[in-house]
Formats: sequence, structure tokens, C-alpha cells
Amino acid sequence: MKRLSRLRRHRAAGPILLIFALFTIGTTFQVASAVNSDTTTVAARSATIDEGKQLFLKGCSSCHGLNAEGGQIAPSLIGVGAADVDFQVGTGRMPMADMSVQAMRKKPVYNPEQVNALATYVASLAPGPAVPTDAVLNYERDGSVAQGGELFRTNCAMCHNFAAQGGALTQGKYAPTLMGVEPKQIYEAMITGPQSMPVFSDKTITPAEKLSIIKWIKSTEAEPQLGGTALGRVGPVTEGLLVWTLGIGLLIGVAVWLAMKAR
Amino acid sequence: MSNEIEPIRDPGLPAHQHRQADTDPIAAQRAERQVAILFGLSAVGTLLLIYSYIFVKSDKFIFIPVLGNTNTQQLGLGMGMAVALFCIGAGAIHWAKTLMPDEEVIAQRHEFRSDDEDRAEFVKTVKSGAASAGLGRRPLIKRSLGVALGLSGLTPLLLLRDLGPLPKDNLQKTSWKAGTRLVTDPGDRPIRPEDLEIGAVAQTLPQLAPGEERTLNNIGKDAVLLIRLRPEEFNLTAERLSWTHEGIIAFSKICSHMGCAVALYEQQTKHLLCPCHQSTFDVTRAAKVIFGPAARPLPQLAITIDADGYLVAQQPFTEPIGPSFWERSS
Amino acid sequence: MTARERIAGNVAGYVDDRTGAAKWMKKNLTKVFPDHWSFLLGEICLYSFIILLLSGTFLTFWFDPSQREVIYDGGYQPLSGLKMSAAYASTLHISFEVRGGLLMRQIHHWAALIFMVGIVVHLLRVYFTGAFRKPREFNWIIGVGLLTLGIVEGFLGYSLPDDLLSGTGIRIAEAIIQALPLVGSYIAFFAFGGTFPGEAFIPRIYTVHVLLLPGIFLALITVHLMLVWYQKHTQFPGPGRTEKNVVGYPLMPVYMAKAGGFFFIVFGVTAFLGAVASINPIWLYGPYTPGQISAGSQPDWYMGWLDGLVRMSPPLETHAFGHTISWNILIPGLILPGIMFTGLALYPFIESWATGDKREHHLLDRPRNTPNRTAIGVMALTFTVVALLNGGNDIIATTFHLTINQMMWFSRIGIVVLPPIAFVITKRLCLSLQRADRDLVLHGRETGRLVRMPNGEFTEIHEPISAEKAWTLTSHEQIAPLELPLADSAGVRRPGALKNKLRNRISRATAVAVSKATETERRELEGHH
Repeated sequence: MKRLSRLRRHRAAGPILLIFALFTIGTTFQVASAVNSDTTTVAARSATIDEGKQLFLKGCSSCHGLNAEGGQIAPSLIGVGAADVDFQVGTGRMPMADMSVQAMRKKPVYNPEQVNALATYVASLAPGPAVPTDAVLNYERDGSVAQGGELFRTNCAMCHNFAAQGGALTQGKYAPTLMGVEPKQIYEAMITGPQSMPVFSDKTITPAEKLSIIKWIKSTEAEPQLGGTALGRVGPVTEGLLVWTLGIGLLIGVAVWLAMKAR
Repeated sequence: MSNEIEPIRDPGLPAHQHRQADTDPIAAQRAERQVAILFGLSAVGTLLLIYSYIFVKSDKFIFIPVLGNTNTQQLGLGMGMAVALFCIGAGAIHWAKTLMPDEEVIAQRHEFRSDDEDRAEFVKTVKSGAASAGLGRRPLIKRSLGVALGLSGLTPLLLLRDLGPLPKDNLQKTSWKAGTRLVTDPGDRPIRPEDLEIGAVAQTLPQLAPGEERTLNNIGKDAVLLIRLRPEEFNLTAERLSWTHEGIIAFSKICSHMGCAVALYEQQTKHLLCPCHQSTFDVTRAAKVIFGPAARPLPQLAITIDADGYLVAQQPFTEPIGPSFWERSS
Repeated sequence: MTARERIAGNVAGYVDDRTGAAKWMKKNLTKVFPDHWSFLLGEICLYSFIILLLSGTFLTFWFDPSQREVIYDGGYQPLSGLKMSAAYASTLHISFEVRGGLLMRQIHHWAALIFMVGIVVHLLRVYFTGAFRKPREFNWIIGVGLLTLGIVEGFLGYSLPDDLLSGTGIRIAEAIIQALPLVGSYIAFFAFGGTFPGEAFIPRIYTVHVLLLPGIFLALITVHLMLVWYQKHTQFPGPGRTEKNVVGYPLMPVYMAKAGGFFFIVFGVTAFLGAVASINPIWLYGPYTPGQISAGSQPDWYMGWLDGLVRMSPPLETHAFGHTISWNILIPGLILPGIMFTGLALYPFIESWATGDKREHHLLDRPRNTPNRTAIGVMALTFTVVALLNGGNDIIATTFHLTINQMMWFSRIGIVVLPPIAFVITKRLCLSLQRADRDLVLHGRETGRLVRMPNGEFTEIHEPISAEKAWTLTSHEQIAPLELPLADSAGVRRPGALKNKLRNRISRATAVAVSKATETERRELEGHH
């Protein structure tokens, strides 16, 4: 008690107390208002979670388990986060059409609201990466195309090819083409690492760098034919094919005409 | 008729058949016109080329079915050139086929072999030439000339010596030392273990000392791939396990087969694939080769954390990285 | 005499006074060339070579063969501000800032591919028709040399821009050099001026690519053509064509117009490809750095078989006495190609040894009439094609929903199993075709018209074939197999008996044939009908 009274009489006691008081009032107010506004969203959220759970039980639980704990043929979804669900279901990869080596991109089974409900439900089970918002995904503003290209070639081209056309993995798996993939889905894939793809952490490839990668992919996708038909942008194999068919074919055709007797 | 088997006889060159243009002046005129049209088309092609070069801006694009949105200047120049050249050729050939004589001519072949007389003469000339030079009679000259010529052949080999330095231990060593931080490539940011989620990979290089420049030569030896797994997924010896840190394992990214960058990591199977020759390495078993032509695992870099919590190398690579070479001992 | 003729005469006289060219020209302007489309395949190579010289010279005006690091500030935005070599930056400059530069680059690269395709197709024509036989063995060897040099020249050429794909190719080439026993790392260090990639390699291969190899090409092509000229062209069998003559059109004017026109055709087709089809889009590959790689990294097609062999190689390495030998690189990268090219170069001598045929040949063989040679050719081709397919196994796998592992095992087994199968099938096919020829000559062409005989039997009307056609189908020789003595006249086994036995064996296999139709048989059959 002696110590406290001594402190109370300290020269700085007044100002410190004042700051402390102001701070307390401010935070209390903030928390109160937050709780206030949250009550409405919490209600809406729990409705979405319920809807998601119903969809999950109908469409996903036979493989992923009634509580998303995973099963013999499918992994646990606890902690995968909303981004993962949004990617897998939003690109139509889930639910899988058949038990092939890899879930293929196809027309989504669920509409965007349903995807959102599923994602919210799975995210409610345990925290995980969230779906990036449009504000985050402003790659046109925040990305650098040249830096994106460099990052892409170091981190992505080994599987997805130099022009993001996709490529082969082992045992029939493949890295899909990135042409026509939504920026949000590219972003989600990088932070969640779907299927064979590894995770690219925000510390090793920063969110800004991820936007640069997206910007480069989009710029490559939009790049017109600078030198004529791109032949699939897969390198020398198609070039060889063309020269062995059209190239030598045209020349031999002319040679046959040349050596034919005129009527 | 005798019993001898009679082969089918050569009927000889068939009689020449006249073309339309040989007999019909109208057909000949038509052929002439066709040739002229082809040459005229060629001129049009060149005009297209000239026009494209001078008047078409390089940032204009035109949509062509099959080709897509194509650069107009490049297409105009190329098609102009193609038409210009092709039509000259087609015109000349058509001209030759329709209007130039098409009667086949027979020419006799000559024998390549020289007469026996000439051959004998030749041998004699060579012999007498050699004899007059006295090469056979003067072994001293022959031998010393042989030595001189042989030695002079060393000159180019010797002069080429300065093409490059000797390998010394350059193939055996990398820039990694005990305590070198792993930094991201590109970006050069140090990495903490908690920066990597399970299933994450990171392309890394050794941190540079202030003032140091990174060359491609360094990257070609130093590139390292970080992968994080669940620690229980490893199937490693105790020593190799001690080279990992909280499930993070580091391998040289330079393929042990032919040096391509092996960074194609499959998160589910924990396999690394080299896109050049498809060697497949099992990450859980210290990059053991499970498929393809590579004969050795990727060298593993022992890692730990430093006082500030950043990932660092425990020690240099314990074996040379990259493709094999004669002096490699294991 | 018109004024123009007078001037031309004066010029010709002036030249002839000093060179005596008139005599030579008089003889050679009427030189006869046989006409067949397949005789133009070699011309495709010659003309693409000229196109390569022209377009290559154009490219050198802007290309900077240096590995000095620069920061790109050119017009291609997606690479703006990146570090790259001057070689790469100048290639971008040619592509985007020099008008027609990209076109020329593409023409140069397409011409290189056509050059190599032309060589291979020309080689196949020469092989399957037996045009390599005496007296043309030298030209065959020169041709094999040109093929080999062409592969090297092409590889060096596409390595020059220092992009990510070609840099990966150089990396692999360095690994092959480094794998040489004893001297590997030394040669690698000399070639690269130190550690890979260094800054010396591209300037060095530039000199080799634009000076040394083109010079050798020019010399070899000149000799190749001079020999063709001097020995006169071979011709296909047919009426009036013999071993002693050559039937065709005179150089002046027909062949000049045709061959000259064909040069423009080849140039036109190459320009067309350069205009409409992108090739080696280096701006998409990005600048080279050893830490990066693209899926589907392949060489150009003429190296694809080599890459395919390397891919399918088993993981063999020997570690002994502190040294390493990489069989997984040496066997597919050096030893097998060495055997393939040596075998190719020596084939004319092997064949003439096996058949004992030492005569001159100017009439070509129809491939079916030499079943053994044709089958060996198809066998070698099958081997190469399997290797080539494996060189693109990842692209094939993703396109046709296969796995690279399946492709690899298919190639590993196929490269051993398929060539012998191809041999057997081809040989049987050739013999069947011979039988068909024989039937055609003896029974005529099937007209498809059915006639009902008085006795109710239906028969098809056969039309006899022309005398020319009959001659073409039967003019080939059918050589009896060798019967070299195994013992001398006293019945004692000769020293070379084993060799002779082997030669007899091979010769018997070579001589297998369906005996060709003869006039005698034809007449007998006619009497029958």
C-alpha cells in the first residue's frame, strides 16, 4: 500500500491516469459497438452455417464424414478454411465425378451462394485461410507484371509451364492450365495448396507478390499472337509436329507437282 | 522354243506425247497468261510487304480465324514475303512445265574408273616422285619430320588451355556454410519455420553478405528447395532427421542427374519430379530416386534455426550438388 | 544479230578468253537431270541452307552475343526492369523493335527445322532406294556428316538467345560433357570458362555457329553437289532407263527454271510459316537462370530422340575407387548415338560386304525389291521414333490422358521389342508386294468387271498391263546368294571359313525374294487361257 501511495503522488501520475482512462473508455465503447453490430451478422452467419451444414450432409459427408472429419477415401476438412472450399467447389472440382487420380475442373455443381454457405460451414469448424475479398484482389493496382513473371517462373512454371498452359505430373496427375481461371481461384490455390499443389505461404510469397503473379498470368492470357499462331505455347514439340506435317507436306506437294508431266 | 527362261524385255523410251500447249496455240497462250498472273501476284506480295513495313504500326492487331488476334505488321510482312517468293517459284515452274520443251533426253554415263594404263602411270608418277624426294632413302628426314609434325599438333591444344580455369574443388563446393540464412528467391527475405504451413514449399538461396552480388554461377549451385511436412511423415535415418527442423526439410534444387531445377513438388504424394527427364524423388525418404534416370538422391541440406529464429544451414552440403563427374567420390 | 546479242557475245567472249569456260559450260548446260519428286528433297536442304545464311546474316546485325547482365528497358512490358543477359535483351530487341525482326527470327528457326527435316527425308530416300551404293559411298558419308553437324549447329543456334528453355538445354549439354570419364570436368570448365553457366559460353558458341560450322557446311555441301554433278544423278528403273544412261531434262532451260523456281518455293513456304506460326517465343520463356525451369522442357525435334533416350535410361552409375561414371548419361547421350551414327555412315560398306556386290549402280531399287535393306531401315527408324516420342512423353501424356510413367515404360520396353517386330513385318510386307507385282505382270490388272461364263461361273476380267509397266516391275536384278567356299580344293578348312560362313548366311537372308515374272511364264499363262 505504501508503494501505491507513493506512485500516486508521482509527478507523472496525473497524465498517465488520464491516458489510461481515455483508453479504457475508448476500447469499451469500441467493443460495445462491435458486439452490437455483430449480433446481426452472427445471426445471419449461423443461418449460413446451417445451410452449409445441410448442403454438406447431403453432398459431401458420404466421403468427408458427417462432421467433416474425413474418411477412407477423402481427407478431413477441419481447418482447411473457407478458401479451400471456395476453390474446390467453386471450380467444380468437388464433388468429384469419379475416383480418378485427380479431381478435374468442371462446371460447378453449386451456385455461388451455396458455395459460400459450404465454405462458411467448413470455416466454422476450425480456423483456416479465408476467401480473399475483392479489395484484396485488386491485382491491376497492386501487382507488378514483370515481378510476377519472375515469381511465376521460379515458383509455378515447373508444373504449370512457362506460359501457364499446364503440364504433366507423375502417375497421370497434371498441373492444369491457368487460362481462364478467376484471379480469386488462383489466389486461393496458392494459399491452400489444393490436391498435388503445395502451399505458398504469405511470408515466402507475400500477398502483394501473389497479386503480381496473378497480374502476369492475366497479361499472358490476354497477350495477342505476336508471331502468328502460338501452337499451344508448349514449346518445341508442336513446332516439330508442324514442320513434319504442314512444312514438309507443302514442300513435297509442290515437288510432286513440279515433277508431274503437264497435260 | 528353247527351255531358257526369257525375261520381260525393255520396250524402250515411250514415244513423246505432246502437251496441249504444244499443239494448241490457245492453250499455250493460256499457260503464258497463267505464268504472267503468278509473277504479277508476286509483285502484289512485295507491295504488301512494302506497305506493311512503312505504314502499319507494330502495335496493331487483326483477328484472323485459326490464328487468332495477330500482329498486323508481322503478318503483313510475312505474308507479303511468302506470296512474293512463292509466286515467283510457282510461275517459273509452271513456265518450265507448260512452255519449255518437255521431251525427255537421254545422256550416256561415263565410266569413273580410269584406264589401267592411266592407273599404272599414276602409280609410277607417285613412286618416282617419292623416290626423287628420297623419303624412303633418308629415314632421318622422315623421322624428324614426323616428330616435328606430331609436336606441332600440340600447339592448338596448348593454346586452348586458357579457355578456362581448372575445376579444382569448384564442383565440390557451394556457398552454403554453417549459419548461412536461407532467404526467399526472389525477394531475399529470411524465413522462420512458422512462416511455412504444412504442405508449403519455398524456393531459397543463401543470404548474401552486405556488398555481395549474386551471380548465375551461385544460383546454379546454391538453389535449395524447402518443404514442410508433418514430422511423423518422415522416414529418415536419425542423422538425416536431425538435418530437418520441425518437419521442414531442405534439398538442393539442382538435379543429381543433369542439373535441371527440380522443384515440381506434389504435396499429396510427397514426390519431387524433374521436368527435364522425369526422375522422381521421394521427399519422405531423403529424396530417394523412385523413378526415372537419376541414380542418386538430391543432396540434403542440414538446417536449423539461429538465435533470431530464422532458418539457417547447420553445415555446408556434405556432398557435391548437381550432375555426376569423374572426380566425384560417392 | 541484235545489239543485245552482240553485247552478250562480247561479255561471254571476254570471260572465255580468260577462263576457257565456254567448253565446260557448253557441256554442262545440257546436262540431263532425271525428274522425280523425291530427287528434290536434297534441294530442300540446299535451299534452306541458303535461307539460313541470308536470314542469319540479318539477325547478326542486331544480336549481341554476350552474357553480360543488363536491365531490360525495351518495349515488351512483362519483362520490363528484369535482369537478363545482353544476348537475351538483344533478341527481344530484334523481335519487338526491329521491323521484320521477329519475322526473320521465325524464318531462320523454321528454315533450320526444315533443313533438318529435309536432311532426314532425303537420307531416307537415298537409303531405301539404294542410292548410296557404289560409286556414291563418299557422298553418303558426307551426308551423314552434314546430318550430324546440322544437329550440333541447330542446338548451338537455339542456345544463343539465352532464354530459360535453351539455357536448360545448355545445362544438360554441360552435364553430358561433365560426365565424360577422366577429362569431363576439365573440358566443361574449359568450354564454359569456369563454373556453369559463366559468361563465356554464348560468345564462344556464337563464333562456332556463325563462322566455323557454316564454313564447314559450305565446304561439305560444295563437295556433295560436285560429286552429284560429276557422277550424274541416279534414276528410277523404267522403260529406256539403263545403268549406262540417264533420262531426263536438260539443265538449260528446263531444270534451271524448275530448280530455280523451287528455291523460291522453299523460301516462300518458309516465309509463310514464319508469318503465321510462332516459333521459339523466347519472350514467354523468360531469361535464363539456373533456379528456374518450365514444365515440358524439350529440345527441338532433331534432338528430341536424344532427350528421349536420356529420359528412358535406367538409373545406372558406377562409384568405385573415388570416381563416378554416369552410365545413365554416357550410354544414351554418347555411346548409343555414337553407335547409331557410325552404323549409318558404314552402312554402304556393310551391305556390299554382305551381298558381295561390288558393281556400280545408277538405277535405283524399289524398296520392296530389297526386303532386307528396307526392313533394316524401318527397324532403325522405329528405334528412333520410339526415342523421339519419349522425348515428348510429357506433352503426349497430358494431351492423350496417359501417364508419363506409362509412356516411359512403353518406351523402355518398346525400344527393345518394337524394332525387331518392325523388321519382320517389313520384310514380309516387301515379299508380299513382290508377289503382288508378279501377279500383276502375269495376270494383269483387276478391272472389277465380272463376267458370267457359259458354264455359269463368274470371273473377273483382267486387263494386261502395258509393256512399260511390266518392264518397270521386272527390270530389277535378283542376285543369287553368295556361296563362299568354307574349305579349299583339297577339302581342308580355310582360315577365313567362319567369316565366309557368316557372309553366306547374311547373303542368303538378303537374297530372299519372290522370283519375278518372266516372259516365258507370261506366254505359258497366255497359252493356258
